[in-house]
Amino acid sequence: MTRDIALGQFIPGKGVIHKMDARVKILLLIAFIVLIFCTFNFISLGLITASVVAVILLSDIPFKMYLKSLKVIILIIVITSLLNIFYGSGEPLVQFWIFKITLSGIYRAVFVTVRIVCLILISSCLTFTTSPTDLTDAIERLMKPLKIFHIKVHEIAMMMTIALRFVPTLLEETDKIMAAQKARGADMESGGMIKKIKAMTPVLIPLFVSAFRRAYDLAVAMECRCYQGGDGRTRMKILKMKKLDWFCVAFTALVLIGVILCNIFFPAAI
Amino acid sequence: MSIIEVKNLSFVYGIDTPFEKKAVEDVSLSVDEGEVIGLIGHTGSGKSTFVQMLNGLIKPTSGQVLLAGRDIWEKPKEIRNIRFKVGMVFQYPEYQLFDDTVYKDISFGPRNKGYSEKEIDEKVRNAARFVGLSERLLKESPFDLSGGEKRRAAIAGIIAMDPDVLVLDEPTAGLDPKGKNLLLAQIMQYHKQRKNTIFIVSHSMEDISRIADRVMVMNKGRLEMLDTPRNIFAQVEKIESMGLRVPQITKIMMTLKERGVNLPDGILTVEQAFFEVVNLLKKEGKI
Repeated sequence: MTRDIALGQFIPGKGVIHKMDARVKILLLIAFIVLIFCTFNFISLGLITASVVAVILLSDIPFKMYLKSLKVIILIIVITSLLNIFYGSGEPLVQFWIFKITLSGIYRAVFVTVRIVCLILISSCLTFTTSPTDLTDAIERLMKPLKIFHIKVHEIAMMMTIALRFVPTLLEETDKIMAAQKARGADMESGGMIKKIKAMTPVLIPLFVSAFRRAYDLAVAMECRCYQGGDGRTRMKILKMKKLDWFCVAFTALVLIGVILCNIFFPAAI
Repeated sequence: MSIIEVKNLSFVYGIDTPFEKKAVEDVSLSVDEGEVIGLIGHTGSGKSTFVQMLNGLIKPTSGQVLLAGRDIWEKPKEIRNIRFKVGMVFQYPEYQLFDDTVYKDISFGPRNKGYSEKEIDEKVRNAARFVGLSERLLKESPFDLSGGEKRRAAIAGIIAMDPDVLVLDEPTAGLDPKGKNLLLAQIMQYHKQRKNTIFIVSHSMEDISRIADRVMVMNKGRLEMLDTPRNIFAQVEKIESMGLRVPQITKIMMTLKERGVNLPDGILTVEQAFFEVVNLLKKEGKI
């Protein structure tokens, strides 16, 4: 049953976005997020939404997956847009008791909804199309400049990689231990909160023991391969910017210019 | 009387997903009380899934498991009771030890079953004796034991529930040859005294041929053969076509026979082989 938890929702594929350099993807994602929040009228908002939709269509991921990721935050969208409706200023359209709905409130709500949806879609696109290892690799490369502040970038990235690598292993282990304890008559389903937590001890202790054992074995195995941290370490897969990546950078730059121009030449809606 | 009856048992993993896979397909058999059934099959043949359906850890997609004539899934809420009657020792059971003393760990099962303190004490000590754990070790932490002792403690934890049917999934995997033989001997000793039914999954054809009354051979989820070890291991080609092998000594004796030595079929143990060869040499007046 623990298998149902989808962690690191990477979906293998051969789309354009899959082939992009993970570093570029992260940087462009940040650019897009900033742009999404720098739209002040409907034209720039429409432009950014169209570009987000274009990226999603290019991503070779079934649209159903995107809907799934939106489903999780639907409540947040509803609440924030409702709150925003009542926060506008200016002439009220409808008024009752202390609530008043204004045109700017409705605009605000539309903006907030579209922004959140775009934000979720574009970030899901990153996690769907990038494998966790590529992602940590890219983060390591991007954080490299932080070395001057004596931050151990390589070690942090290595910890992230190992943690991600062992999630499925530990889930499998949990399944096995749970089955074994159930076979000894452990009752994990019935009873109140406290009883249920207590019933987890026979699962958690062996799980911790095995996690430590694995950590120890892994440390020995790494040492046997002469691992000694990031210094002087070369990579098997070297991240390289290709034509495609430059093209995507150019595309984002165009969107950026477009958004700025729209913001300048058209009146702000909020 | 048959204690376990399996009727057209099937299990499909991941129904309605692209990963749908038939793990067990249409397995039927009936096992008498006190029988020792050996279960062999290539990796991924569905052995583990099959044995986990015997005590209700996995609910079959279709088909039934009857324990003493009653469907174990008759009352799904009481499936826990079935697990006390069909004790299941998993592969590498030492990884499920968790309590601070061996004694407490062994008593986990019987305590869940609801025995009184006095009964628990008796069951724990008996189980420890069966698997050859000394009294002194009962007070130790299970994490301080050696690998072999941990294995014994974990098996004792199941035996202490006093199950009518004991399922052992590769109980000797990863033990040294001496520990392997000792553990098997202790399991058989326990079987002789308790006279319960045992299912034993193993990759060691030598072990299976030595202790099993009947052998189940599983291949790609199906029950391919079910017979005495002698009859099973006589069919070398069929066994080998399923990625399994016959005991080494059987293979040697068969090769000798093919080369014209007058030996009988189905020799399974070294002792038996020794006896037959000496007999033959005597007959031919060579010794």
